[in-house]
Amino acid sequence: MTSSRFIITVIGSDRVGIVARVTTVMASYSVNIVDISQTIMQGIFTMIMLAEAPKENFDLAAFQQAMDAEGKSLGVEVKVQHEDAFRFMHRI
Amino acid sequence: MYINPNEILETIKMVRMEHLDIRTVTMGISLRDCCHPDIEIFNENIYEKITSRAKELVRTTNEIQSLYGIPIINRRISVTPIAIVAESCKSQDFVSVAQTMDEAAKDAGVDFIGGFSALVHKGETRGDLKLINSIPEALASTEKVCSSVNVATTKAGINMDAVGMMGNIIKKTAELTADRDGIGCAKLVVFANAPEDNPFMAGAFHGIGEPECVINVGVSGPGVVNAAVRELENPNLTEISETIKKTAFKITRMGEMVGKEVSRRLGVEFGILDLSLAPTPEIGDSVAAILEAMGLERCGAHGTTAALALLNDAVKKGGAMASSSVGGLSGAFIPVSEDAGMIEAVKVGALTLEKLEAMTSVCSVGLDMIAVPGDTSAATLSAIIADEMAIGVINKKTTAVRIIPAPGKRVGDSVEFGGLLGSAPIMPVSNFSSEIFIKRGGRIPAPIQSLTN
Repeated sequence: MTSSRFIITVIGSDRVGIVARVTTVMASYSVNIVDISQTIMQGIFTMIMLAEAPKENFDLAAFQQAMDAEGKSLGVEVKVQHEDAFRFMHRI
Repeated sequence: MYINPNEILETIKMVRMEHLDIRTVTMGISLRDCCHPDIEIFNENIYEKITSRAKELVRTTNEIQSLYGIPIINRRISVTPIAIVAESCKSQDFVSVAQTMDEAAKDAGVDFIGGFSALVHKGETRGDLKLINSIPEALASTEKVCSSVNVATTKAGINMDAVGMMGNIIKKTAELTADRDGIGCAKLVVFANAPEDNPFMAGAFHGIGEPECVINVGVSGPGVVNAAVRELENPNLTEISETIKKTAFKITRMGEMVGKEVSRRLGVEFGILDLSLAPTPEIGDSVAAILEAMGLERCGAHGTTAALALLNDAVKKGGAMASSSVGGLSGAFIPVSEDAGMIEAVKVGALTLEKLEAMTSVCSVGLDMIAVPGDTSAATLSAIIADEMAIGVINKKTTAVRIIPAPGKRVGDSVEFGGLLGSAPIMPVSNFSSEIFIKRGGRIPAPIQSLTN
């Protein structure tokens, strides 16, 4: 693990307020958005964010739980994964 | 975004839809400093060593699993072959050692512990014999212990006395676990050219050339390879091979990342990454399905051996490019009971024991998780083992036999083991006798291929 950056993916059917509510949870954990991209793929709402977590006193498990719970109440799937999971697989 | 969104979604799809997983993080632990003439003290020593070394294994792997969002299915431990470290114990059998291993594995929270093993390719010591004779009771009285016996190598030839013994041991193991369809045999492997650093069960043990403690990782992903091959539009076999290679590369990278992070956090050396396409009973997570995606009506049809050879080789090539630590068995497993496509192929009569034997000459291991009638004689089981060992010895590769003579079952019945072990239809064996051949004993000498110095 080389950084405290995470890829956050939100996948599900589109509705009002997804970005607002997901980013509110992020803000409450002081997680900063570095980059964001959003598309509708085959009718499915897909948002991908590169986010930076605070270097100290950051409780990943609690953050993942909070994001998961918010996703569930929105009816979308939210995943928080360290960026290395993607960097390693696709970049040498 | 510096990582392409399509690549991110590709990774997520592999995990969510195609069952990409880290099959196992296996901690190898040397027990060489645990020897003692008093078996009770020896048992205390190994319990202490295993539980203290593996104390953080489960917690750490759980953390890594959520950090990367990649499922880690099993946590396992492998230890120095017990026949070696328990050799000096003044005890008639080693059953209590297996029970201690089982207790240690339960307390460490791991899924399996391997290493109730003996290496007898050239002959048996007294400790080896005690261990081999303890196997049936050891496997019947424990849940998590796995056992293996290496009876052949390319350098030493085939120890036919040991092959003869193992037929009887397998029969006894099945009988002692008759109430569960002979499940004890699912935890027992007979090897030729056993690797010392394999993280997969039931054959994992911590080889004598290994360090004090090591982390070996087994990655799997037949579902991912299957999906990638099926996405190609009317490909030729060169293109299929290329796609499998690229997919294997990606899977291996994931495994290496996880393995290195686990070993860094535990402060334990990273050993090897074993990229083995290990099927699960889940639909689509099947090696047979990959072979069928190449154009075979059913796994087992003529052409299956060629298709498997392509698959096994492409997996190795992709893996070798992705990591310098590829080792263990790396390739494609063909365990019948654990692969929905293989089970189906057996049921419809496409896949037979004879075809499976041919396939083992090009896959990464051997005859795996095959259920045969309960009245199969010990000599026939030994003869099946002998054939498989010959394939390994001559081809300088690992081969293995994990066979279940299911008590009271006949062709047409099936056995249910549940979980990753799945279920298996009973396959017919030859009715002609191999009794006299197996009784002769002795050794099949090392082949000319062994004279490489």
